[in-house]
Amino acid sequence: MNWDWQYSGDILPDLLDGLRYTVIATLVGYVIALILGLVWTLLRRTPSRAFNQVIRWITEFIRSTPLIPQLYFVFFVLPAWGITIGSLTAGIITLGIHYSTYTAEVYRAGIADVPKGQWEACTALNLPRSRVWLDVILPQAIRRVIPTLGNYLIAMFKDSPMLLAINVAELLFTAYQVGSKSLQFLEPITIVGLLFVVVSVISSILVRRLERRYATN
Amino acid sequence: MSDVLDSYPQWLDGAWVTVRLTLLGGALALVLALIFGMAGTSRFPGVRVLNRVYVEFFRGNATLVLLFWFFYALPLIGLRFSTTFAAVLALGLNVGAYGAEVVRGSINAVPKAQFEATVALNFTPYQRMRRVLLPQALALMLPPFGNLVIELMKGTAIVSLVGLVDLTRVSKNIQGSTGETVAAFSVVLVLYFIVAQILQLFVRYAERRVDRMLGRRLPSEPSLGTIAAGAPGAGVSS
Amino acid sequence: MPPTDTTPENPAPKDSEGGATPADAAAGKDVATEKGVSTQKGGTPEDEPAAELPHGEAPGIRFEKVVKRFGSNVVLRELDFTVAPGERVTLIGPSGSGKTTILRLLMTLETLDEGLIWIGDETLWHMDRGGKRVPANQKHLHEMRKQVGMVFQQFNLFPNMNVLRNLTEGPVRVLGVPKDEAVERAKGLLDLVGLADKENAHPTQLSGGQQQRVAIARSLAMQPRVLLLDEVTSALDPELVVGVQDLLRDIARQSDLTMLCVTHEMTFAKDISNRVLMFDQGQIVEEGPPDQIFGEPSEQRTRDFLQAVLAS
Repeated sequence: MNWDWQYSGDILPDLLDGLRYTVIATLVGYVIALILGLVWTLLRRTPSRAFNQVIRWITEFIRSTPLIPQLYFVFFVLPAWGITIGSLTAGIITLGIHYSTYTAEVYRAGIADVPKGQWEACTALNLPRSRVWLDVILPQAIRRVIPTLGNYLIAMFKDSPMLLAINVAELLFTAYQVGSKSLQFLEPITIVGLLFVVVSVISSILVRRLERRYATN
Repeated sequence: MSDVLDSYPQWLDGAWVTVRLTLLGGALALVLALIFGMAGTSRFPGVRVLNRVYVEFFRGNATLVLLFWFFYALPLIGLRFSTTFAAVLALGLNVGAYGAEVVRGSINAVPKAQFEATVALNFTPYQRMRRVLLPQALALMLPPFGNLVIELMKGTAIVSLVGLVDLTRVSKNIQGSTGETVAAFSVVLVLYFIVAQILQLFVRYAERRVDRMLGRRLPSEPSLGTIAAGAPGAGVSS
Repeated sequence: MPPTDTTPENPAPKDSEGGATPADAAAGKDVATEKGVSTQKGGTPEDEPAAELPHGEAPGIRFEKVVKRFGSNVVLRELDFTVAPGERVTLIGPSGSGKTTILRLLMTLETLDEGLIWIGDETLWHMDRGGKRVPANQKHLHEMRKQVGMVFQQFNLFPNMNVLRNLTEGPVRVLGVPKDEAVERAKGLLDLVGLADKENAHPTQLSGGQQQRVAIARSLAMQPRVLLLDEVTSALDPELVVGVQDLLRDIARQSDLTMLCVTHEMTFAKDISNRVLMFDQGQIVEEGPPDQIFGEPSEQRTRDFLQAVLAS
């Protein structure tokens, strides 16, 4: 069996339609992950040790279980509790929550990565606590974490095909459907694979550029 | 709930499929990571290109896309694998690409002075790598490798989409047969969590051993570098 | 022309006025005892030189029009100098004057751009093929490196091995010494550097001074004929400097190694060396016995440098 260029051209519009859902799911999910990750990080810094540990184990639980059963849980269990949501919404929310536990780790490590001397200098200058965070610690921490956060955007993009487990019409799902109609899987799936490689390689070049720009020596 | 728990033989079978895929995929990934990672530190540009091509292609792709490709597309051009083999190949190639970046970065991160000391003691290039650089790089590799093993274990859930009966598939089957949606999907998440924690224990043990060997103290929480290493895009620094 | 004279009984040319001469080093050897004792200040004749210290024919070193560049920056400009077999030479000069580069070229940590470096009667960076002089291959470098040992500013002990294995790994893997023998010799060397009780310790458990003493022992375990010391006390806390310097003085006295030493410690340089070379901008500004260079230097550049060092 050979590559069918005619067929490849015909299915391209369908695939691009699927790509739209992939991009939407990735971007909206990413925003959720960035914000919710910050919430986890703040919750882990409360004065109550017990509470911090509870938060730590919740995020650990979400982070160390796979996305697909999580998608099933959100998509099938919430309706059982009377909350009905569409598959795309369920997919976006799950993707966002899943990756929020990663961004939370990144924020935490970024703050921990600011040298201890910076805190000591703040104490020596007798800066108020709000100034310490806003003027000294956060600006340095954010610089450090931007490239890593960029990497997680790529990671989410590459995990988005798993949304097909709950029938979100994203890129791979579309390719599969197109393929099963004609029983020609080679072209659609290969095209999807190439699309992923192209987007990932370009974005990792961008991330590396970010890394150089925000490099702290 | 009791219906769900009564089907424990199914759960056990599913767990075994998940663990087996993790081990096989991990073994393949480790071999690929070491080969292509060391290729990335070669003096010869041609060998380094091999590393780049492998890493960019397989790290840049989604594991599920790779799996679909092996499972649906390649048989059409005459390449037929068993489902398990296709899954191990997809997982191993993908995670191996991340691992190769970890290996390359870790070897490069061994201080240059250590290399100079091996020259001063007249070690051969093979001895430099085998006796000094790799053992020290190993300590840097382990924490990111630990992340990768967990990611690999989570990644095995994709095989449920091509018909293998792993933990995820079992949960779906049991949900279908008993109708206990909440129980079925809660149990599967807990089971995955337990498997992940057991894997963590092994990783921690290995880290402690290597750190004792190098006389270092283990940081209680992963550093930014470790977290970044497990993520796509860039490997360990440099 | 390479220095072909490699017998330790014939010390450096200007040994008449200096206190410590290379002949001291040979004090333990029968043939040289008479002469050795007569010129010896420290140590008694009964001082038994540690068996582990290298004895034998130490080669001389000769630089011929050596050029080394880093990019557009010329570090060594057509440098010529000779070190006699068994001679102890200290290199001083401001940072960036090229003195460390000289050691690194001898240890093959940097590649040579132009000129020739002789160790004994062989060139380090060139080899003979069919009567022609061609760039050295890895095998030639490997052979030549057998004669040279180096102690680094930052010790560079291997953290993945304990102290004893740091000392045995090279002899066993590179020289092919049987394990038992290597361990035996290593223990002797640890005794020599005063760390016999630390053989199972991990490098990170040692103080800087102890680590440097292990590093010295490690380089001696490879039985080099030439020992390069690159600012070996610069990274140490002040109170640990003396111990390392005393050890090196003993080694200088009890062995017949050719030694090249880069240091900022003037007293130490005085004690250990037969000759001092003052470098600036990749060239030798002035050379002479330590008393002369540190006492009454003739060049203004040397006076300025010494003043700056003493002031610090």
